Amino acid sequence: MAAPTAAARGARAPARPAGRRPAGHRPAGHRRHRLDRTLSPYLYLSPFFLVFGVFGLFPMLYTGYVSFTGWRADRPGSAGDWVGFENYRKLLDDPFFWNAVKNTLGIGVLATVPQLLLALGLAHLLNYRMRGRTLLRLGVLLPNVTSVAAVTLIFVQLFGRDFGLVNWFLSLFGVDHVDWQAGTLSSWTAIAAIVTWRWTGYNALLYLAAMQTVPFELYEAAALDGASRWRQFRSITIPMLRPTILFTVIVSTIGALQLFGEPMLFSQQQDPTTGGSQHQFQTLALYSYNQFWGRFKYGYGAAISWAMFLLIVLVAAVNFLAARRMRGVE
Amino acid sequence: MPVSLPRTGPRGRLLATSALLVLALTAVTSCSSSGGSSSADEDPNAKITLTVNLFSDFGYADLYKEYEQAHPNITIKENRADMGAHHQNLHAHLLAGSGTADIEAIEIGQVAGFQPEAGKFVNFLDNGVSKDQWVPSKTAPASSPDGKVLFGLGTDMGGMALCYRSDLFKAAGLPTDREQVAALMKDWPSYLAAGKQFLSASPNKDVRWFDSGGNLFTSILAQAPQGVYDADGKVVVTSNPAVKQSFDLVAGAIKDGESAGIQAFTPAWDTGFQKSQFATVACPAWMSYEFKANPPADGGKWDIARIPGGGGNWGGSYLSVPKSGKHTKAAAELAKWLTAPAQEARLFKEKGYFPSDQELWTQPDIAEHTDPLFNDAPTGKIFSQSARDLSPQPLGAHGAEIGTAIGNALTSIEQGKADPDGAWKQALKDVDNIVN
Repeated sequence: MAAPTAAARGARAPARPAGRRPAGHRPAGHRRHRLDRTLSPYLYLSPFFLVFGVFGLFPMLYTGYVSFTGWRADRPGSAGDWVGFENYRKLLDDPFFWNAVKNTLGIGVLATVPQLLLALGLAHLLNYRMRGRTLLRLGVLLPNVTSVAAVTLIFVQLFGRDFGLVNWFLSLFGVDHVDWQAGTLSSWTAIAAIVTWRWTGYNALLYLAAMQTVPFELYEAAALDGASRWRQFRSITIPMLRPTILFTVIVSTIGALQLFGEPMLFSQQQDPTTGGSQHQFQTLALYSYNQFWGRFKYGYGAAISWAMFLLIVLVAAVNFLAARRMRGVE
Repeated sequence: MPVSLPRTGPRGRLLATSALLVLALTAVTSCSSSGGSSSADEDPNAKITLTVNLFSDFGYADLYKEYEQAHPNITIKENRADMGAHHQNLHAHLLAGSGTADIEAIEIGQVAGFQPEAGKFVNFLDNGVSKDQWVPSKTAPASSPDGKVLFGLGTDMGGMALCYRSDLFKAAGLPTDREQVAALMKDWPSYLAAGKQFLSASPNKDVRWFDSGGNLFTSILAQAPQGVYDADGKVVVTSNPAVKQSFDLVAGAIKDGESAGIQAFTPAWDTGFQKSQFATVACPAWMSYEFKANPPADGGKWDIARIPGGGGNWGGSYLSVPKSGKHTKAAAELAKWLTAPAQEARLFKEKGYFPSDQELWTQPDIAEHTDPLFNDAPTGKIFSQSARDLSPQPLGAHGAEIGTAIGNALTSIEQGKADPDGAWKQALKDVDNIVN
């Protein structure tokens, strides 16, 4: 980290105004060296900003522009029609949009909460000394490296209505066949299960890394005081992990709000972007895609994308503030 | 804010650096704007690869081999995507002006959506194609509104028929002879009445009468003179009584338990074929592929009869050549060859895809063709009869999506999520969301 020296330099700089420095005093080689030192960090960083500019910033700004137009494919020549906030106004009383908001938040909660709790428990177990620890630790990441498409296709089979494994298992306990696609809560549960399966291990590794930084003496002292494992977990691990938990909560929330592949592939309708026969699991990302590429309403689809972006910023901010408040209470 | 970069240089340097970044950025973006090369003055013997983007198996593998042998400088590469994704990609690539394949297939339900972009495709009328090869109902949707541009060459079409399980019919005491079956089910109400009879008499109570309400709705509405669009391109879902009548007919059948409620073209549907979950399927010619791929596990036999209610078309496709492709001239030649009557006839006899080239319908080897898959049924006669009886419906840009929305509403009845009234209202909301 170069921060401390830089800060020190920055603090000293105003004491010696640049203009007063006698020119041509230093040898040329030194100047080249200085030029190199100034410029090279920018050059090292430039690939990221170039890629981000081309594939991140530009599309985002252009989408923003498109969202203010009435552009749609079935009206030739409508590309430049400036409609101002009309698309956003239309969003406010679009029942499909609010349905998508509800679905996104619902699936998000169903997927994120169990996922993080499971990850925490899993990380705690992985933190024990045991044989083949490294292998097990790597193993929990495996679900994450498999492709969404492959995972979802398998889960679709598992959650099949007539010949699915989950229904067969439930039938052992006398539960009737569940049509997972049909119901709102059942479809949310199935999709949340896919998300949880994929991301639990990933979060567990983050927690594990954080757990490794907790000073061992704390546990030793607690053990001497007669604290149980559970007590140690609650009173030492969790408080020490708080910043990491905050981080994972925000990252998973953002991920959940952008949920796209899982509901798209889970859908068995002819048009998978509708998210079920009555839009039971049409998320915001799916609805945006549905309007943009399914209905070719470019302006409106872009407006949904931007509304989604604003919603993510809002939810992340609320999350962040709530988490800070919690720490304040402590 | 703590700044972690050395703050030594004057401001001008920072500006210079950002200028450099901007320069590099424009360099990157300008690289990507190389358009399609002009293929007019291309060496006809240069080695080229033609790409063909399809959305399902068109049965072309053998034809490619033959074409490559006759044209040693040409290699053909085929890509397939899901039907919805395929058309979305094509729209996106036309919009971007690059990224299209040399040949792109377009499905008939989607073709009207490409009419405003007719200028972005090669005009086959300038490439020695005569419209007379097809009936007007096939060429009109793939033409510009003024008829001066033909951007799609007709491949197959979906003359319709009814596929039925003769073994299950026999067990339920229904006739098994295809003439008698057709006589028993002259129209859709008598088809559904036979379904009730089947359900009460069939020894196997797990078998339903048909696969899905959405599919049945498509087949019934396909026979009306008008579907969801009128000739002026207006959406007539509410004002065309045929739409609601077809919906009510199917909704009633679902209430009677005749539908297996399995979404067509899904893995569950394939399983449905294998596990004999339904006794009849409305089947356009191109669907015979599904029957071949998923034979019933219990050894049951499919047979084929005339469709209740007469003609009607469901599906069928076109080949198009976007101008943004790399080798438009060679691609147009290949598309013409693939859709020429000789090749179309072969595809029907070998793969079951019924040709849209009209003179083939009366050719003896087509009209008298029988299919061992369907108990040697005279498929040639059935499909060409159906194609001749067909009265073409006006098509519109969102026809496919509107059909899907109404199909979804019927699915929600099957799933017990809605009653017919609620489902219809939901469908209208969806249609409104699609159109406006």
